[in-house]
Amino acid sequence: MLENLTFVEHFQIWLRAFLILSLFSFLYKDNIFYKFSEHIFAGLSAGYYVGLIWRSVIVQQLINPMFDNSEWWLVFPGILGVLMFARLKPKWTWVSRVSLAFVIGNTAGIYLISSLHGMIFKQIAPMMVSVNQGDGLEKILLALLVIVGVITTLVYFYFSKEHKGALGVTARVGIWFIMIAFGAHFGYTVMGRISLLIGRAEFLFYQWGGSLTQIF
Amino acid sequence: MNRRPLLATIRILAATIFFSGFPILSAWGQTDDGSVFRLDRLPVLIFALVFSAAVLLYTRWAKQGKPLFIRKIAGIDAVEEAVGRATEMGKPVLFIPGIADVEDIETIAGLSILGRVAKIVAQYDTPLSVPVRYPMILAAGQEVVEQAYMEVGRRDAYDKDMVKYVAGEQFAFTATVNGWMMRERPAANIYMGAFFAESLLLAETGNAAGSIQIAGTARPEQLPFFIAACDYTLMGEELYAASSYLSHEPLMLGGLKGQDFVKIIIIVAIILGAVLATLGAGEWYHNIFDVG
Repeated sequence: MLENLTFVEHFQIWLRAFLILSLFSFLYKDNIFYKFSEHIFAGLSAGYYVGLIWRSVIVQQLINPMFDNSEWWLVFPGILGVLMFARLKPKWTWVSRVSLAFVIGNTAGIYLISSLHGMIFKQIAPMMVSVNQGDGLEKILLALLVIVGVITTLVYFYFSKEHKGALGVTARVGIWFIMIAFGAHFGYTVMGRISLLIGRAEFLFYQWGGSLTQIF
Repeated sequence: MNRRPLLATIRILAATIFFSGFPILSAWGQTDDGSVFRLDRLPVLIFALVFSAAVLLYTRWAKQGKPLFIRKIAGIDAVEEAVGRATEMGKPVLFIPGIADVEDIETIAGLSILGRVAKIVAQYDTPLSVPVRYPMILAAGQEVVEQAYMEVGRRDAYDKDMVKYVAGEQFAFTATVNGWMMRERPAANIYMGAFFAESLLLAETGNAAGSIQIAGTARPEQLPFFIAACDYTLMGEELYAASSYLSHEPLMLGGLKGQDFVKIIIIVAIILGAVLATLGAGEWYHNIFDVG
């Protein structure tokens, strides 16, 4: 049961309920209420992100460290950022490519090493498991499952040969492993989505319903 | 004496050492004892050297015209078919390069595929719409699409509003794109890049709008949704392979073949490790891969 709500609290609950129902109305078909909510949502998020980036990036990560801590080297990323504004004038668009090239090149370079270290080495090491009789049947089966699963999945993603014969059979086993993993992911995520839906339904029934009862 | 192969090998090795030297530079001064090198990570450097050498070697072979085979990937061939369908129907093609920023490697793969799709679209004179979530993707996307139009000699048909910023918030972006899909009813929706909780919302709406849908992502938790709701799905590394497959450029092919070479090394390393562990003699070998 809700406490006695103020006018502002009633208004907030009704606004939220209206926006939720407007967005849900898309399940029927595209309509004016959905369009209204969609535009509010997109406009608010654009405005919010301008404020967020100004505060958390420009001020906190550029201006403050430069002027408070004398980290003057930050002028270089600052310049790269400013170069992006060259896109506003078509004649100078090419200038912004320097910043783009810097970011994209860095991304590829950083990912190469971090993937080798974090995703390949860190995953190869735990695969080296013993399948010795002394380890017990359960451990042996689990170890075999992991080794076979990883190797067959890797074979599925081998592009240099046609998947025929033994390679084809191995790749098919791999796709089975992949699909079983996807099935588990699907179920897990659907459960999460249902809990989100329950959250919205609870809001509509208890909070909006409570507000309705108090008003009428 | 023909010195070209020797010089080529030296160039490949020099380039490999140069590019693989960056992890050493990045580790400068980061160790607890203040030393420059983290020797415990030496295996990663060696692996990076081998990988880089393999990529450079395959790239060289591709440039020399040696036939490098890549197996057929169903979803990729469907891209051209989907654009053709859009042309026949006179409806637009929707391409979403994921919802992550440009620091995500999946986004870069998505942009690379966008370049190829834009070329096909430009040739067929089909409308293209690329909604994006981040300003950097907006800039990169516009560059990629403009370049594609220029390469096929259709610079005049390029409109920078083909790539448009929609919203920074994940679900605001999704709500806007979903609304657009139901109003414009694109003939083909292509989702290539990093997707999160919005994957099923986008794919189901596209399905309801009657579009042919091709998706590609390396996010295992989103792939089931794309598989369920799209006509074709590129899973994991197929997304990265797609750009090489579509372009057939030596550089891209070299990268893909280099990755395949590394996969063989990984498979052999795992089998050898498991055999040594079973024989009880694998600790030294395990330690090579168990880097800090």
